Amino acid sequence: MDKTEDQTILKVEDIGKSFGGLLAVDKVSFHVQKGELLGVIGPNGSGKTTLVNLVTGFVRPDSGRVIFQGLDITGKMPYRIAELGMARTFQMVKPFYHLPAFKNIIIPLYSPRVKKLRGGKYGERDAVAIDLLEEVGFERDSFVPYKVASSLPHGYLKRLELARCLALRSDLLILDELFSGMSMSEVASTLPIIERLNGEGLSIIMVEHRLKELFRVASRVIALNFGRKIAEGSPHEVMESEAVKAAYLGSEAEG
Amino acid sequence: MTVRYRKERLDRGIKARCEDMFALSSYREILYLLLPRVLPVIALLCFPLLKGVVGLYWEKVLVITCAIALLSLSWDLMASVGLVSLGQALFFGAGAYLTGFLNKSLGWPYFLTIPFGTVGGALFCTFLLLPVLRLRGVYFAIVTLTLPLLFTRFIEASKILGGNAGISSLSPLPHLWFELYVPVLALLICLFSFRRLINEDYGLVLQGIRDNDLAVMSGAINIYKFKAQAVFIAGMAGAFAGAFMTHYYQFVGMPAFALDYSILPLTCAVLGGVGTFAGPTVGAFILVPLSEALRAFGTLRVVFYSAILIICVVGLPEGIFHYIQRKYHQFERMVEVG
Amino acid sequence: MISSILVYGLVNSVILALIAIGFSLTFGISGVANFAYGGFYLLSGYLTWILLKYLGLPFIVAVFITIGAVGLLGFLIYWVILLRVRGIVLSEVIATFALGVGMLEFFRWKGFVTYEFTLPYFKKGMLLIADVPVDYQRLFIIAIGLALVLFLYIFTHHTRIGWSFRGIAQNERTAISLGIESDWTAALSLAFGSAMAAVAAISILPLGIISINMGYDVLLIAVAVGIVGGLESVPGILVASLILGYAQIITSMYISAEWMMVVYLAAIVLVLTIKPSGLFGKFKELEERV
Ligand SMILES: Nc1ncnc2c1ncn2[C@@H]1O[C@H](COP(=O)(O)OP(=O)(O)OP(=O)(O)O)[C@@H](O)[C@H]1O
Ligand SMILES: [Mg+2]
Repeated sequence: MDKTEDQTILKVEDIGKSFGGLLAVDKVSFHVQKGELLGVIGPNGSGKTTLVNLVTGFVRPDSGRVIFQGLDITGKMPYRIAELGMARTFQMVKPFYHLPAFKNIIIPLYSPRVKKLRGGKYGERDAVAIDLLEEVGFERDSFVPYKVASSLPHGYLKRLELARCLALRSDLLILDELFSGMSMSEVASTLPIIERLNGEGLSIIMVEHRLKELFRVASRVIALNFGRKIAEGSPHEVMESEAVKAAYLGSEAEG
Repeated sequence: MTVRYRKERLDRGIKARCEDMFALSSYREILYLLLPRVLPVIALLCFPLLKGVVGLYWEKVLVITCAIALLSLSWDLMASVGLVSLGQALFFGAGAYLTGFLNKSLGWPYFLTIPFGTVGGALFCTFLLLPVLRLRGVYFAIVTLTLPLLFTRFIEASKILGGNAGISSLSPLPHLWFELYVPVLALLICLFSFRRLINEDYGLVLQGIRDNDLAVMSGAINIYKFKAQAVFIAGMAGAFAGAFMTHYYQFVGMPAFALDYSILPLTCAVLGGVGTFAGPTVGAFILVPLSEALRAFGTLRVVFYSAILIICVVGLPEGIFHYIQRKYHQFERMVEVG
Repeated sequence: MISSILVYGLVNSVILALIAIGFSLTFGISGVANFAYGGFYLLSGYLTWILLKYLGLPFIVAVFITIGAVGLLGFLIYWVILLRVRGIVLSEVIATFALGVGMLEFFRWKGFVTYEFTLPYFKKGMLLIADVPVDYQRLFIIAIGLALVLFLYIFTHHTRIGWSFRGIAQNERTAISLGIESDWTAALSLAFGSAMAAVAAISILPLGIISINMGYDVLLIAVAVGIVGGLESVPGILVASLILGYAQIITSMYISAEWMMVVYLAAIVLVLTIKPSGLFGKFKELEERV
């Protein structure tokens, strides 16, 4: 194995998916280096979520390959992929509404992967779950982690998604529009968490509409439009690219 | 100006932080939690002793009630994983026929046939359902509705396992006490172990799968493994009911797969309160005796279950047990408004 | 032999399609699996019988009253029962299933089970097709079946309400944002589905004596055809009816009539195991939006 291969944690080759007649993702290729934070941008409906779903196994690709840590994971079940060390948040939050927030976190903590990594018995997991929630800003003193998920505001549910990913101790973290629906102050307090995780060496893919925040943390950005990759490079390069300007102007003109 | 009142609900102080965490500080509080659990158990264990008072007929009703309660517990466990079954009779029938076969053809005694019928029947059903565990909602319900009917028609057409006539003159159970206490104990064990199971971390995963299986998958958990395990555990409860009743009746036949064993447990669970296990048991202890009392009405009883089902599903979705539980744990008082 | 298999297989297939179409229509549009379908079917039979026997209405009047009444019933059931449990699959399934079982067992209790419960033929007499005698009733069934499929196709593809049906079927959220009332559409889909159960019952029941178990069988047939063909596609229904119709005739001729129901039941289980989307369906359940 040569050196560049070794440094790549995720490699996506010519991945494609169409729904009915609609090409949601059209032959997109990219890679993520170890410890890198890759931003993914694009106007609404450009296929960002579908790309995430393809990589994480929630949608089966029509074509292309996904290679994660040297392993071909194309078409594998989502739980297998997660077990190999890829965690994701959902843009449309998917909490377990009937359960208290901390019990939401216990579910990934119960997975074979986490058991292998840090053991843990019944009861112990409660404490770990509550620590994780505190880490993403659930106020332990006012008992927020004990509240039933259905009673939490949307911003908290977004951070609950993040905590569920952190529980997995993954090698690659994929955040699908984590900040949408969060208040300014929530974004301001969550961004440092992501910076810190990245600083600790975690590779992150961040799909985001809030470009200002994204560009503060991203080292490299790819842009999608109509399912196709239209630009790649440093945040500055991507923003300067004609294709990206046109895509965003076009979508604004439509919207 | 008129004073208006509004009902205010307050949790008793004993509940700390969340639903199932309690802070106990006195014997009275321990008693407060223990009584509703212990009293029914004692009542259930005493009932067979009252044979002389209530009469043998109602003791037999107790046996049937326990069998139906076991089936509704097994329904409830499957529902906790999001698998809606319209055919609990599948488990009952599988356990029943396997037991009948082992007893008649291989001559095994009851203390072997019942355990083997239970485990074997559950295994059989689990393997049968394995390929359809990925189905959700209506599709899974359709499979479970179909399977018991398929077996009935298949046995009828192929004339295996006694065909239409069934298998009769199986060996009887050894003693009346055995007949009465085994189902009661089985029910109690099943009830408390299911309640325990669902509150463990393991049970959380099951509930998570019901709420949102995609989110569970994103947590690196193989949901199909968990679903299969849940079906197996639920299947054991159902198959045991079938296995036991086979020896109890000394007969097994087409009725083992009949609609009654699907719709009655379902009604009990919905009436009692889905997802609590205690609810379905309470439901069974209301409905089965009632339906015995209404035996004279023939199939009108089924109409009556159906009406209860619809009313409960539409008007009383939380079920009796949740309601009682809420009343027990909360004060209600009127407070002035505006 | 061959010619009678061909002819009776065709008749049988159309009967299956006729039975299945209402169930699939409702499911395809509103996602409600109407497990009360068998109940509606028999209800239509008895209603027509009562109208003819006790009120002495002319046949055609009785037919239209029945179709209208059963359709209305479906409509009302949506507003009274299903609306409140919409979206909770567990409750939808249980409510419709209980409704169907309740209706059928009520009929059984009422004692609608003797030989006198038959509906009249539209027209007596028969015809020889390729040396196989076929009575007029069966020809009517073929005509009605084909007309219904054609009507359904034109209706869903070329009328406004049909378009809104299709809109809901494709994606409820988008349809709502386009101003299509999903509750009205769903209620109408239930009404249409039930009315089609009535049409099927009135054309098919004259072929034999009405029995209660037929209600359960009809539900299973509807489900089997729907599942094999894919629950939301008209061509799927046609192809599945042909497959199952001929399979059934061949089974009953070469093996025995007892195996006929086994064919349907096994088909349901096999298709759901191997290809849950059926032959033509798109199966929204598995590839949902994430
Ligand atoms: N399961 C599905 N079935 C059919 N079409 C789909 C499905 N999922 C996504 N699409 C379509 O694919 C296209 C890309 O959608 P996607 O959700 O990936 O966009 P996105 O970039 O994430 O948009 P947003 O910024 O709004 O989140 C859209 O046109 C969408 O309607
Ligand atoms: Mg998106």
